[in-house]
Amino acid sequence: MRIRGIELGVGVFMLVGALSLAMLAINVSGLTLSKQEGSYKIYALFENVGGLTARSKVTMSGVAIGQVTNISIDRQKLMALVEMEINADTDYLTSDSSASILTAGLLGEKYIGITTGAADDEILQQGDFIEDTQSSLVLEELIGKFLFNKASE
Amino acid sequence: MQSVIANLALLGRSTINRLAAIGRSGMLLMHAVIARPEPFNSFPLLMRQLYSVGVLSMVIIMVSGLFIGMVLALQGYTILVDYGSEQAVGQMVALSLVRELAPVVTALLFAGRAGSALTAEIGLMKTTEQLSGMEMIGVDPLRRIIAPRFWAGLISLPILTMIFSAVGIWGGLLVGVDWLGIYEGSFWANMQNSVDFFDDVVNGLIKSLVFGVVVTWVAVFQGYDSVPTSEGISQATTKTVVYSSLAVLGLDFILTALMFGDL
Amino acid sequence: MDFIDDIIIDIKQLTFSRGDRYICKNIDIRIPRGKVTAIMGPSGTGKTTLLKLIGGQLKPDAGSILLDGDDIPRLGRHELFNVREKMGMLFQSGALFTDMTVFENVAFPLRVHTQLPEDMVRDIVLMKLQAVGLRGAAELMPSELSGGMGRRVALARAIALDPALVMYDEPFTGQDPIAMGVLVNLIKTLNKALGHSSIIVSHDINETLSIADYIYIIADGGVIAHGTPEQLKQNDAEQVRQFMQGLPDGPVPFHFPASDYATELMEGR
Repeated sequence: MRIRGIELGVGVFMLVGALSLAMLAINVSGLTLSKQEGSYKIYALFENVGGLTARSKVTMSGVAIGQVTNISIDRQKLMALVEMEINADTDYLTSDSSASILTAGLLGEKYIGITTGAADDEILQQGDFIEDTQSSLVLEELIGKFLFNKASE
Repeated sequence: MQSVIANLALLGRSTINRLAAIGRSGMLLMHAVIARPEPFNSFPLLMRQLYSVGVLSMVIIMVSGLFIGMVLALQGYTILVDYGSEQAVGQMVALSLVRELAPVVTALLFAGRAGSALTAEIGLMKTTEQLSGMEMIGVDPLRRIIAPRFWAGLISLPILTMIFSAVGIWGGLLVGVDWLGIYEGSFWANMQNSVDFFDDVVNGLIKSLVFGVVVTWVAVFQGYDSVPTSEGISQATTKTVVYSSLAVLGLDFILTALMFGDL
Repeated sequence: MDFIDDIIIDIKQLTFSRGDRYICKNIDIRIPRGKVTAIMGPSGTGKTTLLKLIGGQLKPDAGSILLDGDDIPRLGRHELFNVREKMGMLFQSGALFTDMTVFENVAFPLRVHTQLPEDMVRDIVLMKLQAVGLRGAAELMPSELSGGMGRRVALARAIALDPALVMYDEPFTGQDPIAMGVLVNLIKTLNKALGHSSIIVSHDINETLSIADYIYIIADGGVIAHGTPEQLKQNDAEQVRQFMQGLPDGPVPFHFPASDYATELMEGR
């Protein structure tokens, strides 16, 4: 009887642990198994990435389609080179798509928003570059411009 | 001059004693873990330890998790509402629990609840010559007494940590959604967008695994190495709680720096 | 030493020290087979240590302990495990495993050292418990036993494997007169019935004298006298007489070393 009680207790313990892990995986971190479908990498050069980091979201029309995996400086052009991982099922980004660095809310995190263009025939492949980019808005620059305009009026 | 030399000798002796204790604890860990497990009824032994170390700690872990989750939601709400981003409460509660509070608080509670009990139990076994008796019968007490307790601690702490996180997030949900009226959809959505399973949940579990090793190790070693008197056991129990708590907090910083330092 | 011809344990030139204090120094002790041998001496002279040395739980600095030709300090882990099958030890505190029932405590050595089927284990355990008169207590936990009963259970456990050698560490300490009488009887009858050799470490003179066939008295890390109980009663060495008759003062002083009494009292002024 005593042994049965112990085994029952340990069984409940393990079960609660497994349920907790399932909740953490599915409900909390939104883990989906579809991630295994693979992804491809595309690149973009920005004047200024101000605040964008690895793991930032890449979205299209507000829907997440991938994430930033690496940010470095391109030595030839001296611009920020952003490496993005796009889910494999997103196979409709045209080669004239544009990427811009956006902000979620006033003080929120930075993310990349991609807008497709009109060139339906050419689709971005692994290793391609997005040519048309728009950099992050830097608050200091905006204020500087505003003051300069005011002064020159 | 004389007292300088005497103090130097004292310093040297305490250093040597400390190093010797670290060495002994290393030997203990090695013998308990690497030595092949006792073949006869080692599974029921592990079960019993899982029960006394894990199952009996479950209630305190759940209650603490619930309250900490609720407090986090309440505190987070009062700050975030000023910026109009109160729907980020879910994200805040989940991230701080999964990455930090669940592993650390669980390990501290575990050290107080289970670690001290382990030390006292083993110390008392030593005082009443049970360890010696076992050795005379031909059973290595390291394998029969220490090893199952060590493994049980190692297995229990990550599970307890997950339970703590889950209950804490549920507590946050209770306060944030049911009481403060945050829209439930955005509570979950924000959380899911920001919590990554591998970077956050798994790293938190790795932390708790490390804490499990440290806390149980300290506990069984202090018990095994205790002076076999009632005073010795009380000192060993105190040492278990103090040393393992300090080790958990210190290691937490190092692990956090390694895991999340570049994010 | 004409008395001893069949020897089970032969201790030669045994030296053991803790720090820079010698617990025993060049001790020679021979334990006869099938008899009750007592090792007596004042507290703190390392009698328990001697038992631990025989059991292989401690390693001596020098010397040998031969048990039927096996030199215990030089045995490897595995051989030591096998040798311990031949030894049973009754610890001062009983050392019952508090997380098992009385039955499981007695069955423990059987389960460790043999692969006997469960019903045979049960029979042996009940036999041993019957021998100490506690068969009815088989399903109790050690915490439910009185001190004397606990020690009898521990005795049943020590003889579970029918060992060739049973060691008793202070079996009479802290027992009421009835329990003490029971234990004295048990040790004597078990020794006769099972034919094992016994070593009793004790400082309870009367009880020990009544059951021992041969006695060693150790003090200050060495053997100061040995012989049969009668021989020792005749021994007129001062140290032996003080111990045997329980005199408060003698070569072992009543007073802990201190400065002069009168001087110390005057210092307070």
